Amino acid sequence: MAKVVLQREVAREFAQGETEFEITAADVRQLIRLLELKFPGIRDRLSERTAVAIDGEIFQDPLLQSIDEHSEVYFLPAIEGG
Amino acid sequence: MGKEEQFKTATQSVESNGYKVVGTRPIRPDGVEKVTGRANFGADYNLPGMLIGRIIRSPHAHARILSINTEKASALPGVKAVVTSADFPEISPTARGAGEAPISFRDLSRNVMAREKALYDGHAVAAVAATTAAIADQAAALVDVEYEVLPHVLDAREAMKPDAPLLHADMFTKGLDPKPEIPSNISQRHEFGIGDTESGFDAADVVVEHDFTTQCVHQGYIEPHACVADNTEDGMSTVWTSSQGQFMVRNYSATVCNIDHSKVRVMPAEIGGGFGGKTTIYLEPVAILLSKKAGKPVKLVMNREDVFRATGPTSGGHAHARIGAKKDGTITAGELTMEYEAGAFPGSPVQLGCMTGFGPYDIKNVKTIGFDVVVNRPKVAAYRAPGAPIASFAVESALDELAKKLNMDPLALREKNAATEGTQAAYGPTFKRIGYLETVRAAQNHPHYSAPLGPNQGRGVASGFWFNIGGESSAAMHVNEDGTVEVVTANPDIGGSRASMAMMAAEVLGIDVSKVKPSIADTASSAYSMLTGGSRVTFAVGKAVCEAADDVIVELRRRAAKVWDVEIDAVEWKDGAAINTKADTSENLTLAAIANTAAKTGGPISGKANINAAGAGPGFGTHICDIEIDPETGRSTVIRYTAIQDVGTAIHPSYVEGQLQGGAVQGIGWALNEEYIYDDKGCLQNGGFLDYRVPVASDMPMIDTVLVEVPNPGHRFGVRGVGEVPIIPPLAAVANAVTAAAGVRMTDLPISPPKLLSAIDSEK
Repeated sequence: MAKVVLQREVAREFAQGETEFEITAADVRQLIRLLELKFPGIRDRLSERTAVAIDGEIFQDPLLQSIDEHSEVYFLPAIEGG
Repeated sequence: MGKEEQFKTATQSVESNGYKVVGTRPIRPDGVEKVTGRANFGADYNLPGMLIGRIIRSPHAHARILSINTEKASALPGVKAVVTSADFPEISPTARGAGEAPISFRDLSRNVMAREKALYDGHAVAAVAATTAAIADQAAALVDVEYEVLPHVLDAREAMKPDAPLLHADMFTKGLDPKPEIPSNISQRHEFGIGDTESGFDAADVVVEHDFTTQCVHQGYIEPHACVADNTEDGMSTVWTSSQGQFMVRNYSATVCNIDHSKVRVMPAEIGGGFGGKTTIYLEPVAILLSKKAGKPVKLVMNREDVFRATGPTSGGHAHARIGAKKDGTITAGELTMEYEAGAFPGSPVQLGCMTGFGPYDIKNVKTIGFDVVVNRPKVAAYRAPGAPIASFAVESALDELAKKLNMDPLALREKNAATEGTQAAYGPTFKRIGYLETVRAAQNHPHYSAPLGPNQGRGVASGFWFNIGGESSAAMHVNEDGTVEVVTANPDIGGSRASMAMMAAEVLGIDVSKVKPSIADTASSAYSMLTGGSRVTFAVGKAVCEAADDVIVELRRRAAKVWDVEIDAVEWKDGAAINTKADTSENLTLAAIANTAAKTGGPISGKANINAAGAGPGFGTHICDIEIDPETGRSTVIRYTAIQDVGTAIHPSYVEGQLQGGAVQGIGWALNEEYIYDDKGCLQNGGFLDYRVPVASDMPMIDTVLVEVPNPGHRFGVRGVGEVPIIPPLAAVANAVTAAAGVRMTDLPISPPKLLSAIDSEK
């Protein structure tokens, strides 16, 4: 199962402060669906203002990026720049 | 040592790459147009029948708009249109645009034109368009705005107090549990971290902590914002403008004006500097609506004072840093609490500050908390590595203090705690291949670091980290009849991207770079591409260019296969030519030969790539700064400066060196000179370059650069973004140098002469 980590403020808002989960998902879309089942309302928050780091690589606007069995997945704020 | 002797550049590659074009220094493709004055910037466009627009701006920092009477202005002969917020559609609080960083279009619309309240000195409240500039000025003076002046607040910590003047009655702090029931100027609380800082500090032998303050500073681009909009009877608007993204301007302007994207065509002008400040819009929707009302094209150009009063600076802010370490220098915990001024609407880069402050280090226990706070200043806009310099100033200054307490060399402390491949970053994910440690070692080995110092001189070092980003990018490539190649992308060239695109195309195609012509398309002539920012273009658009070149090569092989009557798999592409591997003797067709016979083999040859680029490699830098202080006047002078950075692979090293030098100078200005001065009514007093002092060439020594090349595995040539990192270390590098020279810790920027004198006096 992949290690999935939420931002602390998102965890506080939706997951009673729990930040880390073990979840099996094929891709980001499926992962967000599974999180939504567990924490209703989190999908909009994770879909709208979030980037995802999968095994250290940051994806902006992710949806179909695949997640391996032992991947490390971090939800992060969207990264902008100057 | 003279400036010329001192200025040396160096490139340290960890791998031999064997490229023919990448890493060379051809003449820039846009050079002749720019040095001969032929290049057209935003204000250079003029159309037949064009009107001149003027914006009327609030003279108050915070005021309720009771009424706006435009009758006298409208009646003035020569005035063709007047607009106020009543002409703009109301935008839903949930409206979001596609493709760019998430923003509130409701706030954007209210920043473009104030509605119920003016929220800062210079906030636009109305606009006029007239046949001449003189009539437009006269009409602007005739617009009668009735205000109820309200108390204002300019500082984040002041704005956070319960009795502070409230900017938005409907703003409740997000990120708090329980959710607050009364409104506040704190838009959001953010928190990041790994491990457990409490146990980390318990394990520390030494703990340092300090409070730090930085001021809001402007990006300081030379070219003010300018545009021409032409709305025609069919509802189409064409906009010529200088920006960091023609698609951003289209998306934002169309949304604010509530019109279809397809009815706005944005023509990108050359851009005279942006540094993040042109990643949003101010004038374009106003020009569109004025043009629509007048039935004529309308030009709007800001003057310098408008730029300072009404366009995005970056945040000022406060930071409290606390770092603990073992006697051997191993850092056991780091904490950072920061309050950033967002300006009049939410959206400071405090989150990114939280994520980047401890970025260069391998620390098991980190906690960062950030507050996004609205104040009566212009809404902040991105500025190189948004948010990171402020956080880094606090962390890198605290590390300097820690090194002193541990009696340790400051670079040795950084070397001991350096993040490397496999380190869990302070914001969570695990780093892939990075080159931070290499920058520290390059600094240790640089002659600058061991050069002797004179009286009243001090040396400071600091490091910095930036993520770098990819994103949606497009490229098209067309082979001309003579075998030259057009490379068409859709990102304004603010850092030499034309040259880099041409060079990467030439490298992939195997042809001379002089045979490749790069150009930048308007929004009707190219697929979508995210704006130029975040140091993404050479990486992400470069990836698209490489893939478009691959696409062209496939087509060139197919055409050669037709000529030779073989399968395409029998044709290889090497050194700019197709090779028939099935031929008994050497048989090849150059790109030019294939192009010349394109009509016989199927018509025009082109390629394209539309991607959402991932794999941007993080960037790290380490800077060394020598300062001499004048104990009589308090003036600090930079006498030597070296910027060292892991740049992945430098496509055009001269441009990369320029990025490092420019970023360093902007950071030095932030550290020593730059700040907004307001009067007691909250009105800006130094809205010009005479009084808002950016460093000029005569203030600076030549900036020495060292390009450390640790290739990014996410790009075929190893490209990393390079434009953000160089502005991060200078704030602390300068402050640490002044601290070393003066013998007193400088925690409040800018380190102006009176501030330094006061600090020296307080130590006596």
